[in-house]
Amino acid sequence: MVKTRGQSRGASAADLDRRDLLASFLGASGAVLLEGCQSRERDIGLPPGELVGPSVALGHRIRDGLRLSFPERELQATQVVIVGGGIAGLAAARRLHQEGIEDFVLLELEPEAGGTSRSGQSDIVAYPWGAHYVPAPTREFPALVQLFDEVGVFEGTDAVGDPVVAEEFRCRHPEERLYYKGIWYEGLYLASGASVDDHRQMTRFRAEMDRWVAWRDGRGRRAFAVPVAAGSDDPVVRALDAITMAQWLDQRGFDSPRLRWWVDYACRDDYGLRLEQTSAWAGIYYYCARIPEVGAAARPFVTWPEGNGRLVHHLYSGVRSQCLLGAAVTEVTPRQVEGKAVVDVLGVKAESQQLFGYRAERVIFAAPQFLSRYLIRDYRDNTPRHVTEFSYGAWAVANLTLSEIPQSEGFPLAWDNVLYESPSLGYVATSYQRGLDYGPALITYYYPLCDDDPRAARQRLLQLDREEWAEIALADLGRAHTGIRESAQRVDVMRWGHAMIQPRPGFVWGKARQLASQPFRGVHFGHSDLSGIALFEEAFFHGTRAAEEVLAALRGRVDSIL
Amino acid sequence: MSRTAILYLNVFVIATCGLVYELLAGTLASYLLGDSVTQFSTCIGVYLFALGVGAWLSSFLDKSLARYFIEVELAVALLGGFSAPLLFLSFASLQFFSVVLYCMILVIGTLVGLELPLLMRILREDLDFKHLVSRVLTFDYVGCLLASLLFPIFLVPDLGLVRTSLLFGICNAVVGLWGTWVLETGLGGGVIFLRIRGVLVIVLLVAGFIKADSFTTWSEDQLYSDAVVYSQTSRYQRIVLTQRASGFQLWLDGNLQFSSRDEYRYHEALVHPAAMLTQRPKRVLVLGGGDGLALREILKYDTVKHVTLVDLDPAMTGLSARFPPLDELNGGAFRDSRVRVVNADAMIWLEQPDEPFDLVIIDFPDPNNFSLGKLYTRRFYRQLKSCLAEDAAVAIQCTSPLEAPRSFWCIVNTLQSAGFSVRPYRVSVPSFGVWGFALAQLKPFVVPQGCRGDLRFLNDRVVEALFQLPNDMQQVATEINRLDNQILVYYYDREWEIVR
Repeated sequence: MVKTRGQSRGASAADLDRRDLLASFLGASGAVLLEGCQSRERDIGLPPGELVGPSVALGHRIRDGLRLSFPERELQATQVVIVGGGIAGLAAARRLHQEGIEDFVLLELEPEAGGTSRSGQSDIVAYPWGAHYVPAPTREFPALVQLFDEVGVFEGTDAVGDPVVAEEFRCRHPEERLYYKGIWYEGLYLASGASVDDHRQMTRFRAEMDRWVAWRDGRGRRAFAVPVAAGSDDPVVRALDAITMAQWLDQRGFDSPRLRWWVDYACRDDYGLRLEQTSAWAGIYYYCARIPEVGAAARPFVTWPEGNGRLVHHLYSGVRSQCLLGAAVTEVTPRQVEGKAVVDVLGVKAESQQLFGYRAERVIFAAPQFLSRYLIRDYRDNTPRHVTEFSYGAWAVANLTLSEIPQSEGFPLAWDNVLYESPSLGYVATSYQRGLDYGPALITYYYPLCDDDPRAARQRLLQLDREEWAEIALADLGRAHTGIRESAQRVDVMRWGHAMIQPRPGFVWGKARQLASQPFRGVHFGHSDLSGIALFEEAFFHGTRAAEEVLAALRGRVDSIL
Repeated sequence: MSRTAILYLNVFVIATCGLVYELLAGTLASYLLGDSVTQFSTCIGVYLFALGVGAWLSSFLDKSLARYFIEVELAVALLGGFSAPLLFLSFASLQFFSVVLYCMILVIGTLVGLELPLLMRILREDLDFKHLVSRVLTFDYVGCLLASLLFPIFLVPDLGLVRTSLLFGICNAVVGLWGTWVLETGLGGGVIFLRIRGVLVIVLLVAGFIKADSFTTWSEDQLYSDAVVYSQTSRYQRIVLTQRASGFQLWLDGNLQFSSRDEYRYHEALVHPAAMLTQRPKRVLVLGGGDGLALREILKYDTVKHVTLVDLDPAMTGLSARFPPLDELNGGAFRDSRVRVVNADAMIWLEQPDEPFDLVIIDFPDPNNFSLGKLYTRRFYRQLKSCLAEDAAVAIQCTSPLEAPRSFWCIVNTLQSAGFSVRPYRVSVPSFGVWGFALAQLKPFVVPQGCRGDLRFLNDRVVEALFQLPNDMQQVATEINRLDNQILVYYYDREWEIVR
């Protein structure tokens, strides 16, 4: 049902408060942007759409102490239970399957697997609900190369032995453009109007990054590698984690506003954090990990219209029969039964409210770490300190179906379209990546909430409904595309309360991450948050690693693919 | 200036205006309906006949001659002035166009025919008959000479048809308004009302003249040195047809696609070498080529069972099928039962092609933007391979190897990188200059022999020679055009910018 704003309501004080609230999401010019659409919206109204998961209500019931009793003799015996069906859980399942272990079950709260890599499907094109690209893996991460090869994105290898990505799986050119004061420019760094000093600082910044690309520790490890675990833990590298990216820039005299904007954008894009909140280690990781060596081109992005949904589909299709979707785990209890260590996993099916219970030899906890304190029995009463140190960013993602590709001034439509003056990340031209240049279009809008307190960010995220997020997306994009409201046919919105782990200073090289990676009484942890940065590669790595820990425990030994 | 001199000036202006309207009608008719000999002779005939009707009708007017003269003048101003815009508007429906055209010629001719007899009778009071006839006819014929010289030299090229028509309407109206003073004594009452109407007509025409600024055909009259005879903005592009004595031209988004004068050179060179290579083409695919001119060449082969034409724009294929001059030029290709038209983006369509083809003709506009650039990528050519029969031949238009060598060779090199054997060739098309093509097959091949005997341009020796590239068109190294670099669009932009 279409809800038309301003139809039957007068301009009450509550309305004005609401408007101020929305304006606060749009940066300095927010009020003006909303005013601009106010006069038109009476005729046009908001296009229809849905608010898509995740299953907040059920999640909160579990958080608030939902306890189920399940008869012990009805517990289903299984070798392994995997809690969580995001990339990490699916990677763990894949690894078990590869080793011939079929007696496992993967439990996922949502009705679909994939976590923040999930995707949706419209009449025009499939679209992402979250993560939407992966830098092409290099020969240094053969397990990931193997996975991408199965999906069929490579066409041979280059001179140094790295796989070559077929052009149809790369970002379609042009890759990026930036909107600033009425005009679109090519690329993400605002080069137009830059002063000599701006350019000089940019050159110096690149030189600093090149220095880190070339850097090797005593054991020949890179400072920033994929996965993070393959990189150096040298004190020089770890020291970067002690300060924020803003401090790092300050210390080196980088005060060019456009350079700082560019780096701030990178932090918001990859981590959902601003310069002042991001660990300098993570900030530099973004620029260095993708570049194999100084002078080499950055590894291209592998992408699909539906984003990493394609990878989810591939992973899921291999282990489909062992996955139980819409199954909320409520309790994970390690115990001794007849002298044998087992882990009981209880839960409820979201739709039928039917209870289920498993007794497993091992559990792979492939859900975000913060859930461990609600799900693992021992952690409830006695929550380990390291668990509380994991903090997660909140994001809103909107998929906008448009009657046509938005008109623009200056540089033409690109894969990634960013607005300089917006607190959002702009949009990805999803249907353009599909090759559709004419007719109805679909774009995916990303908005990270970068509050200092992640809980405040989550509150801000959830206090707005579908209509209000749609309003924000349309007003924000209306800066660059005046007709977007008229051409919007649908706006679907996803609110991610815990979208990504946040690499704030001290977290990546602090103790919490290492402690959280240690198995606990038959429960093995595997999730991207154990890397400190929420990347596909990290989720794949930790899911696989946790599965290999379990394999080693069950069989005594395993040949690692990592 | 004496009253007589002023009235002679009026004769002069009226004569000029009258002939301009006649020339406008004739020009528009021959642009749109083709066959300028027939159109001009019928237009002139009908117009002269209408002048006679007007002259005859003048005998029925006895009183208030001056008033009638001014009324006629204002009517001519309005009708003649708006004749070109009105005729342009009626282009949309062709049957209706002839009716509008001839009605307009009849009415304008009749009114103009009334003018001189009325004026002569008004001047009778000032002059003796001998001098009257001599002077009036002299100024009349001099005015005609001026009009006939101004029209082709200045008016059509510099003002365009719409502005010309409105400008002369204004002249007529000024004569009418001025007449209310010159002939004031003969007008009797209600002069003020007449003047107000005169001013109103001028305002209307001037408004039309200013409004014509936003009327795209007018600006296109400026852009294209020749008259615009058809223009339409489809969902995808701006389609414009222009006309000059030697033939008509098709423009898409301001880029020349062909001139009817020499397009046979281009289209014979595009189609026949590939058709000769595949020998007996049965299933043919045309990508782009919505003008149907490549179809015309393909349909010359009796072996052809069916042709699938994939063109983005239904407005373009529709125009080619229904617009008489285009239909005539493409030989009614769209009415041939072997032809199937699919309106789709070729790259999307290639994801699910329906059958293997023996012959593929690719005739896209030049790669001047990313949406067109993708149709020249390695990915595109690889997709193309999936719908080719084993012996299939492919011909591709590749822009000019002389003006844009990097663009030309980039296409050739990209085709090669996609696994094709390629032989580039070129042809000279006066409207374009030297134009390049690529002939491709999935296996190595030699320049084909066995050209048809019924072509205007090609024969076996010429085909052989097309593939001999001169020294200034030799291969240059380029990057491969890919979806993720679109390097060709950048080459093309740089090279044609220099040429422009």
